[in-house]
Amino acid sequence: MGELKVEKHVEYILTVEKKKDDFESVVMEHLRLNGAYWGLTTLDILGKLEAVDKEEVVSWIMQCQHESGGFGGNIGHDAHVLYTLSAIQVLALFDKIDVLDVEKVANYIASLQNEDGSFSGDIWGEIDTRFSYIAICSLALLHHLDKINVERAVEYIVSCKNLDGGFGCTPGAESHAGQIFCCVGALAITGSLHHVDKDLLGWWLCERQVKSGGLNGRPEKLPDVCYSWWVLSSLIMIDRVHWIDKGKLVNFILDCQDKQNGGISDRPDDAVDVFHTYFGVAGLSLLEYPGLKAIDPAYALPVDVINRIFIGK
Amino acid sequence: MIGEEEEEDARIPISQRPEWADVRPVPQDDGPNPVVPIAYTDEFSETMDYFRAVYLADERSPRALQLTKEAIFLNSGNYTVWQFRRLILEALNADLCAELNFVNQIARENSKNYQIWHHRRWVAEKLGSEVASKELEFTKEIFSQDAKNYHAWSHRQWVLQALGGWEDELAFCDELLEDDIFNNSAWNQRYFVVTRSPLLGGLDAMRDSEVAYAVKAILAKPENESPWRYLRGLYKNDIKSLVNDPRVASVCLDVLTDKRNLVHALNMLLDLLCNDYQPSNEMKDAVDGVAPESNPPGTNLVERVCSVLIMVDPIRANYWEWRKSTVCVQD
Repeated sequence: MGELKVEKHVEYILTVEKKKDDFESVVMEHLRLNGAYWGLTTLDILGKLEAVDKEEVVSWIMQCQHESGGFGGNIGHDAHVLYTLSAIQVLALFDKIDVLDVEKVANYIASLQNEDGSFSGDIWGEIDTRFSYIAICSLALLHHLDKINVERAVEYIVSCKNLDGGFGCTPGAESHAGQIFCCVGALAITGSLHHVDKDLLGWWLCERQVKSGGLNGRPEKLPDVCYSWWVLSSLIMIDRVHWIDKGKLVNFILDCQDKQNGGISDRPDDAVDVFHTYFGVAGLSLLEYPGLKAIDPAYALPVDVINRIFIGK
Repeated sequence: MIGEEEEEDARIPISQRPEWADVRPVPQDDGPNPVVPIAYTDEFSETMDYFRAVYLADERSPRALQLTKEAIFLNSGNYTVWQFRRLILEALNADLCAELNFVNQIARENSKNYQIWHHRRWVAEKLGSEVASKELEFTKEIFSQDAKNYHAWSHRQWVLQALGGWEDELAFCDELLEDDIFNNSAWNQRYFVVTRSPLLGGLDAMRDSEVAYAVKAILAKPENESPWRYLRGLYKNDIKSLVNDPRVASVCLDVLTDKRNLVHALNMLLDLLCNDYQPSNEMKDAVDGVAPESNPPGTNLVERVCSVLIMVDPIRANYWEWRKSTVCVQD
């Protein structure tokens, strides 16, 4: 039975920037805001968020804001909802949402809703249920769901439901665990889970578990640690998580650790990255691995952060 | 990162190119103590510094267009560069067919990159239905490397609905399934075609032949999740309709008689039994043929089916226990 190497993972996250000439770091430049969310949320789950300078992070995030109100992936980048959500989430971790001009950000997001209820990612018009989730999650955190047509948004998501009970990126697209998380999360946040056939979807989701104990994202694909989040959080939201073998999944995630250098990879013995480190740790939190802060499956933020936002300090 | 032929010759730093002499590059501002500071290569730094200069100046010129190409070759994930490239293409009223060829170069090496697919869609949309077959051909190429590429399937579905080209789509699904009967994306596409193609008769017209197709696939590989789900999908998950089609119980019986790869067949049988399916003696015998001997006497058929499921699919024992607890009792 393995164990979670907490100190190693904290070290990994705090020192990932010190790699020189790392091609992977270079190509992450434009999505550094996502990287900050993955890294910082992981630290918070591990109880080590105080290792980071809050003021510096907040100051940098605000420099990522575009005149439209949305956020880019880094300073000088165009606005997109992907980074806008990460910005809001990181500010939430630090209890600093109040530095935002909330109206402005909310208006930016709301402006991206289309006639059919779907959401574009930015002014260039790409449509995907990922963006429906992002918009709904963001606006809920900002207490501004009133700025969109929630009914239409839900209708669009439901139109992406497939006969296997799952959801795709657009109507007719193949069910995929990542898209399912987005759709189920959005429906959960808007109080619309009655549109989900929980038994049918629960069965599809529990079929993602393969012999090694890991989860894949679609039938006949390889397991990947990130599905420990997408599949697991979906199962929790529809109250069917007991249908998978939790112990085997815990072991799979622990096997994906780099126990020498810290970090978690997509599957055992592959290279680690911040993305998979976050999803592995978040997955373990959902599985109630001891010593980790609880994480909310719909908002993908620690429960105490969510309570602070919705219940007050 | 693979570049064009020019890049095989030594790259001339931008600062040494005469056509860029009038531009002052703008360095990356990471702030004094970057949160996630990143180390850069010289070539990357220089290219992005010059990109930043033209981006901030909103210079939509041919040299800026060329620069975005270089930046994209260095990092095809940088969405801001792609977006600025689109603005330049529009401003210059550029040749979009040539643009598709450029995307071809990049896409093969980066087939899971959201920006590339989105850019391709933007270009194709502007060119219209004349590029439908080219776009379908392009996704087909991507599938030859990765037949389940989610982006490519999404693009293909968009092409069919926006630009047309449905004629050979069912045959295309046939091809892919012949290559790999387990390809869930191809099964999904099959459903997409059957239900949405303007050239076929719709689900009701196609159902009969599609059931036969699914049954054949099941018999070939009973452990294949996809054709079982497809079968259910053909009847829109209405189990009573599945009961009324004798081919469904029949394929379950065939799989059980073979005594291998039982899970999906048993699962389907369980659903049938709960919806007034009257099992033949043959079916009961087939279940007995695979049931554990430890079953206490007097257990009914449904309970026996559930106990086999728990035995052959232990990782989902909780799910099968739940099924057992909720099914109606029938014998």
